[in-house]
Amino acid sequence: MSERIAVRKTYKLFIGGKFPRSESGRSYPVQNSNVALASRKDVRDAVLAARAAVKGWSGATAYNRGQILYRVAEMLEGRRDQFVGLGVPAAEVDEAIDRWVWYAGWADKLTQVYGNANPVAGPYFNLSAPEPTGVVGVLAPTEPALLGLVSVVAPAIVSGNTVVVLVAEASPLPAITLSEVLATSDLPGGVVNLLTGRPAETAPWLAGHMDVNALDLTGVDDPELAAELERAAAGNLKRVLRPAAGPVDWTADPGVGRMTALLETKTVWHPKGV
Amino acid sequence: MTATTASARSDLSEVGRSEATLRTFLHGLPGVDQVGAEQRAAMLGTRSIKTSAKAWAIDLAIRMVDLTTLEGADTPGKVRALAAKALRPDPADPSCPSVAAVCVYPTMVPVAAAVLWGGTPGPAGPSEDGTGSDGFRAGSGSDNGSVPRLGLLGEPSDGRGPRDGTDRAGGRLALPGPAPASRVHLASVATAFPSGQAPLEVRLADTRAAVAAGADEIDMVINRGAFLSGRYQEVYDEIFAVKAACGNAHLKVILETGELATYDSVRRASWLAMLAGADFIKTSTGKVPVAATLPVTLVMLEAVRDFRDATGRQVGVKPAGGIRTTKDAIKYLVLVNETAGPDWLHPDWFRFGASSLLNDLLMQRTKLSTGVYSGPDYFTLD
Repeated sequence: MSERIAVRKTYKLFIGGKFPRSESGRSYPVQNSNVALASRKDVRDAVLAARAAVKGWSGATAYNRGQILYRVAEMLEGRRDQFVGLGVPAAEVDEAIDRWVWYAGWADKLTQVYGNANPVAGPYFNLSAPEPTGVVGVLAPTEPALLGLVSVVAPAIVSGNTVVVLVAEASPLPAITLSEVLATSDLPGGVVNLLTGRPAETAPWLAGHMDVNALDLTGVDDPELAAELERAAAGNLKRVLRPAAGPVDWTADPGVGRMTALLETKTVWHPKGV
Repeated sequence: MTATTASARSDLSEVGRSEATLRTFLHGLPGVDQVGAEQRAAMLGTRSIKTSAKAWAIDLAIRMVDLTTLEGADTPGKVRALAAKALRPDPADPSCPSVAAVCVYPTMVPVAAAVLWGGTPGPAGPSEDGTGSDGFRAGSGSDNGSVPRLGLLGEPSDGRGPRDGTDRAGGRLALPGPAPASRVHLASVATAFPSGQAPLEVRLADTRAAVAAGADEIDMVINRGAFLSGRYQEVYDEIFAVKAACGNAHLKVILETGELATYDSVRRASWLAMLAGADFIKTSTGKVPVAATLPVTLVMLEAVRDFRDATGRQVGVKPAGGIRTTKDAIKYLVLVNETAGPDWLHPDWFRFGASSLLNDLLMQRTKLSTGVYSGPDYFTLD
């Protein structure tokens, strides 16, 4: 008998809950695998999918979003060895799983902590409540491949945003494997869209897209590119998260900054006593 | 591929004389090769139209849109907003052409007419080269409406065009209501739209009322019950009567292809409508699940092409319903060019019955002019 030949995997994009090849048909080699090289039209399709998902995801109850994020952690736990096989340190996988759990817990607490009943000089209830911004474009950091990605995606979606993530060129395999986890975690299609390829090529299209509401530039290493993207983002006044000035310790307590940066506050006046 | 060669080319005027001659003629039309038609439509849908050709196609498609609202919930305010949008689809860009027509229910015709042709200085239509920026030229240019409208690039070629029988611009000038300042036409559905199931007198009265209210195009539905049970003479006579009731208004005949079941029926209905005097044949009401498809439009385009070869009269085609994206619209334009020919690539001869299509066209247009992807937030809801 001849020796069995292993089946090799094609690493594709993750758009709208599906795994399409790049519209351009391009790919590039990473660790002996072919990985899809996204084009501007994939960005466009991903933004469409993300926009379509906003209503359902932001309209889901906070409790339900928390459950789904926790489910992601459960699924990730089951695939631990797969990530280790891709070269992700075991400690980093554990950290990533714990991070999903940590953010899952925040889902139904954000409104309590960041909403408020404001004292006003009149017969009104004056209530401020945080709401998601909408579609968020994210440039994921190169390192750590898994923990860095989870640390930028989870805080964006926990509040009801949907994301289009441009995965760093050098480390796409854990990202696509994570998308397989997301696809089996009851996360509605389109809430997270992952595009592999060259962010320097596709990011300007994402930054200029008029139907994107916020831009997270965490993964941009080149200050000139970051400035250019921020300028493009000004076209429709996107919220922009600038990249950190120095090195980031991704294993440290993430804090709430990434979540609150992608929230908008809605204040309503409601008459009382009438 | 499958050409509808009429057997008795010379004398089609006698075909409508009796049930027997109609049946002989319609059933003598060659059958449609279903697989071939679908294959060809699919093949033409794969053409890649980019950059300047795409820009041209988008502007042409905008000029071909019959901006439609046919809902029970239509209000005068909604129709006014729609008519204003028809005149200036993209208020931020004066180079954006107007659409071809507004399509409403008869009761909403006066409301739309007031906006399209009302006392205020109406916007002149798009300049002929499609790049003009004089959208809000006050008053009515004396040239408007007095010459037949020609295409962006000079088509339709008049060499082949036996357009004399139609002389559309002249016919329009003779209309009582509309001033020629606006080139946006006003279409009204009539004849008990969308079912067509009402006594003939009611349908004719419906038509006359719409014309009297100011509509210069009438979209009628055929009596599918009669057509499907083979009473061709009845359908023929009804279309003929409605055409007479239309006066100078142009008649679009809705075949409701989704209910005709086969391409053979679509071909027969197309010929029947054209023989009875239709100025346009239209696929659908938009009220049944199956609306316009590429193969059905292909069959209809073949019919109008062969009808012109046989009789010298050019008839327009209007797919309606289900066309929502620029990509779809461009597929239809390719189909028109490859099937009927460039003579039909003009708003006088090809229309899109649509509402949401316009916003997608505008988004694509904005993408081409600004270089960044646009979003639905920046365009009005219909």
